[in-house]
Amino acid sequence: MNGDPTLERIAQGNGLALCAAGPWIARFAPLLERIVADAEKLTGSRPNIFIDVSQVSKLDTLGAWLIERLRRSLTQGGVEAKIAGLSANYSSLVDEVRRVKAAPAVAAPSVTITGMLDQVGRNMVGFGTTIVGLIDMLGAVLAASGRVLIHPRGFRLTSTVHHLEQVCWRAVPIIALITFLIGCIISQQGIFHFRQFGADIFVVDMLGVLVLREIGVLLVAIMVAGRSGSAYTAELGSMKMREEIDALRTMGFDPIEVLILPRMLALIIALPILAFLGAMAALVGGGLVAWGYGGVDPEAFMLRLRDAISIDHFTVGMIKAPVMAAVIGIVACVEGLAVEGSAESLGQHTTSSVVQGIFFVIVMDGVFAIFFASIGM
Amino acid sequence: MAPETQNAIIRVRDISVQFGRTKVLDGLNLDVKRGEILGFVGPSGAGKSVLTRTIIGLVPKVSGRIEVFGVDLDAADAAQRRGVERRWGILFQQGALFSSLTVSQNIQFPVREYLNVSQRLLDEITVAKLGMVGLRPEVADRFPSELSGGMIKRVALARALALDPELVFLDEPTSGLDPIGAGDFDELVRTLQRTLGLTVFMVTHDLDSLYTACDRIAVLGNGKIIAAGSMADMQASQHPWLRAYFHGKRARAVMG
Repeated sequence: MNGDPTLERIAQGNGLALCAAGPWIARFAPLLERIVADAEKLTGSRPNIFIDVSQVSKLDTLGAWLIERLRRSLTQGGVEAKIAGLSANYSSLVDEVRRVKAAPAVAAPSVTITGMLDQVGRNMVGFGTTIVGLIDMLGAVLAASGRVLIHPRGFRLTSTVHHLEQVCWRAVPIIALITFLIGCIISQQGIFHFRQFGADIFVVDMLGVLVLREIGVLLVAIMVAGRSGSAYTAELGSMKMREEIDALRTMGFDPIEVLILPRMLALIIALPILAFLGAMAALVGGGLVAWGYGGVDPEAFMLRLRDAISIDHFTVGMIKAPVMAAVIGIVACVEGLAVEGSAESLGQHTTSSVVQGIFFVIVMDGVFAIFFASIGM
Repeated sequence: MAPETQNAIIRVRDISVQFGRTKVLDGLNLDVKRGEILGFVGPSGAGKSVLTRTIIGLVPKVSGRIEVFGVDLDAADAAQRRGVERRWGILFQQGALFSSLTVSQNIQFPVREYLNVSQRLLDEITVAKLGMVGLRPEVADRFPSELSGGMIKRVALARALALDPELVFLDEPTSGLDPIGAGDFDELVRTLQRTLGLTVFMVTHDLDSLYTACDRIAVLGNGKIIAAGSMADMQASQHPWLRAYFHGKRARAVMG
């Protein structure tokens, strides 16, 4: 009783009896599968075969299916196969599996040149659709802000303040810390190399221009894309998955106005503030290293900084910040609304929100560099 | 197996569960006998799902003792626990299908994990299980987000049954199904119980299910089991909530 399941072959005249015994249950599935595969080879050896299941101690759907499968393959091989000795308890189970149609064979997709070209084409079209989607969202957000300007009561102040706290206030410590450290590193590296020409003091020029014009805003934008862009995508994506966005729409609310506008606005306000704080932290960090490591005392540092930096450098950095915020926000919202039903899709779109956000931030930075160079700022 | 037959397959002794300061379950005792279908009812928010999740081990309890298949789940080591988990199947209220796997991958997932069988047999088992829960084999390649609510329930049941468990927990299996589908579901649970000797622990509000499918009914209230017994016992009870439940307008419609 407690042993392994078996299938004994007993000759009966010109027929054959296959006596199944023991527990035919899922736990012994690998063994059962081997036994049945062996027995299936008996086709053609005898004109008729009995499958006797009266000795089976336990049967579940897996065992019942294997017995049914054995009967089917024997019948297909031209043998008259019958199941005998079925107890009343198990007959309904066997009836249940008898209705099962054999699984259709699925052909594995093959890799071909056409298939690869097809994929390349699809990716290109996908890229085009992404760009159109971003422009579409930009338009929708602008239209929604227009509507809010005309009817200011539709503006969600509470929501905007809430998001401002999330993306701005709570980001201050980490952003200040990281930009402070980057300022230290730039300053240390500058002094280390400039010292060879005795040009230590020029590290202040480099630090000032780099931090105010480029690194400050770029670094902060990349961190915000990773920190808040991903959060926006995940929030909107899970709302989309649970049909919350559809619910809003059916109640007569515009999801762009309710969900996206406050988030965009919060980001556009937050990024210049964070970029400013970041630039200051980097200057402090750089100044401290210049003092401790390079022997440039704070007074000399400030004097040099005043000479090296014009207001233009600062303005350039600050002008870029809100534009980058808008880019990050639009990418994050488009990706969030593109999430489909599965957890995997949510992950993919969150990843792609951050990757695209950072990519577009850097592209925008390049475009700004050309623009400001040509207007002489 | 014989000596275990009369034994309780689930034995819950004196368990208490607390969330913050709210006591949800308060010294609850419950036995589920092998081979029976136990219907579990109670007002919304009484803690039916909490009890189910406590037995399964998803909600920590403050005190008490839970035995499933004679194994004390607190004292069990990892291997024993795995052994118990392999023998039960769970149907969650929302289905809890893996959203990034297809229907067939969802059903094959536990089988693949525990049994070393060929892909062909896996596919055949999938079709068989889908057939048993009343779905056509064509849905096998769909993703959960492409299924209707009722289909999700059925696929989730197929997954719960994938390993031919001895015990299944069903959390509101018929909610969200049309009456015909719910009737088929009850019929299916009955058939499985007869043929596989399945024990079923079913949280439900469906009076039809209680009437046609369940052998015994347990009622939860104030963190305790306030009554347990057959349908006739329930109808005879004088407890005000039971009277309202089993003699209400809806109940009269079911029982004629």
